[in-house]
Amino acid sequence: MNQRKVGWTHRSLMLLLMIYLLLPLLGTFLYAFAKEWQTTVLPESWTLEWIREMFRDARFLDALWTSLYLCLISVALSLAVMLPAVFVITVYFPKWETFMKGLVVLPYAVPGVVAAVGLIRTYSSGFIDITGTAYILIGAYFIVILPYMYQGIRNSLLTVSAVELLNAAELLGASRMRAFVTIILPNIWPGVIISTLLSFSVLFGEFVLTNMLVGGHIQTIQVYLYQRVNESGHLASAIAIAYFVFILIVSTVLMKLGKKFNKVVGR
Amino acid sequence: MKHRTGWILLGLAPFAIMVLAFQVAPILSMLMGSISKPGVPGFTLNHYDKIFHSAYYLQAIKNSLLIAVYSSLIGIIVGLFCAYSITRFTTKIRDRLLMLSNMTSNFAGVPLAFAYIILLGNNGVFTLLFKQWGWDVFADFNLYSWSGLVLIYVYFQVPLALLLLYPSFYGIQEQWKEAAALLGARPWQFWRTVGIPMLTPAIFGTLGILFANAMGAYATAYALVGGNYNLLAIRIGSLVAGDIVNQPEVGSALAVLLALSTLLAVYLNHRMSKRSQQFTASYASGSSSKRIRSRKQQWNATKEEVGT
Repeated sequence: MNQRKVGWTHRSLMLLLMIYLLLPLLGTFLYAFAKEWQTTVLPESWTLEWIREMFRDARFLDALWTSLYLCLISVALSLAVMLPAVFVITVYFPKWETFMKGLVVLPYAVPGVVAAVGLIRTYSSGFIDITGTAYILIGAYFIVILPYMYQGIRNSLLTVSAVELLNAAELLGASRMRAFVTIILPNIWPGVIISTLLSFSVLFGEFVLTNMLVGGHIQTIQVYLYQRVNESGHLASAIAIAYFVFILIVSTVLMKLGKKFNKVVGR
Repeated sequence: MKHRTGWILLGLAPFAIMVLAFQVAPILSMLMGSISKPGVPGFTLNHYDKIFHSAYYLQAIKNSLLIAVYSSLIGIIVGLFCAYSITRFTTKIRDRLLMLSNMTSNFAGVPLAFAYIILLGNNGVFTLLFKQWGWDVFADFNLYSWSGLVLIYVYFQVPLALLLLYPSFYGIQEQWKEAAALLGARPWQFWRTVGIPMLTPAIFGTLGILFANAMGAYATAYALVGGNYNLLAIRIGSLVAGDIVNQPEVGSALAVLLALSTLLAVYLNHRMSKRSQQFTASYASGSSSKRIRSRKQQWNATKEEVGT
């Protein structure tokens, strides 16, 4: 593609956009390391005290741990359930795809608040009373990441032509189960890892469902941050920045993997 | 054969159970709740009637609609210009810029509200700075009000609009611009008669997503103003989980209304993205034979649009 020289209008527009988008981040970042910051453009003095305090805070570490294991369990459960299901649908029932597409777009289209209303109504009374427990949250998380997992697994299956691979394996005498485990799984693995990481970062940033369903009982990093916002500004910025750095690492890994995977497939 | 059906069922069963239990059942329960009489069996439309006759709930709906419309429109206008700009850069710089905007689109909800409080809140860095410099223009600005909410909503709409819109600019080919210029059209004439009509499906589709995104946004507003600002999502949250637990049915009815609005917007996006796919297909597909075919499709789609 031949590109002409980029004009100054485009340059300055992009510069403005980047300033606009990065300013809140930068502000939080500076605030996390600022000792005195009242009436100057940049902080007057710097300190690492807030970062240190954050790591000394038992509640922060607890919340981080809770977030990590809840997200891990949910993503693992989703993998265990979705891998066979999407495989079966793609291979045996390709006609269901339209229906499935409608089904997995629902979590996108139905806002978290609405989902929380339904979940609370269903599970706060009667014979399954699991409101406020981790079970309801894991179930809700499963639905939140449903679109990402479905699309990721389905696309990987399609790019490696799973049906043809499977037929070839059967022709050579492998059982379905064996073909799935030894041929399909290793082939779709890179794509599946990408959607797993994406789901993980989505769940890590989840606040609405967590706060409404289990807010009083289980503290994830988002709920903890919400409670801290009104207490100490500096400490909260340190937490926000730590959270953001984590998300940044996950998304960088995601992008690297995505590029690698595309190369492998494109070969 | 029987052996195989067993495996298939075993593969699908957990998925079906999870979806039924955590997606279908809650939605059904919410729908039932919104039309059930509290305490006694039977159906009623009283809750909806109550909402549409209550100034309080109507205001919440109106506020939500207004903030969604405003932030989506501002987002799409800024997004359009920036998306065009971004396609002018080389691929390398473009990818960097896209990565940065993608990164900031992760910065939503509680951390975002918090960042704005630091910068522009009552004791925010800029608030104090402007006061010291004596810039009165910003004295009326209040982050915890309508204008502050719009500002924050626009912040998370712009990167989304940009990311959704920029691919469709590749559907507008350089040759068309040259052809138009050769025939004596000025740039603005080209955009008015060719460029913008080509982008229309993508614009409306993106508007649908932005609207749904703003309607359903809860965390940002909740973290910023708590229950103080009357928005539909916040109202639902406090009716169901908060202090006023006596009217869960009204909460369900409000939730049904909110879901209807976002579903409608996403449906609009679905319809429109089908159209704009026909426009941008030539960029996405690499091979020339495909390109020719999709050009034909574009042509048909354009004809269809002209015809209707």
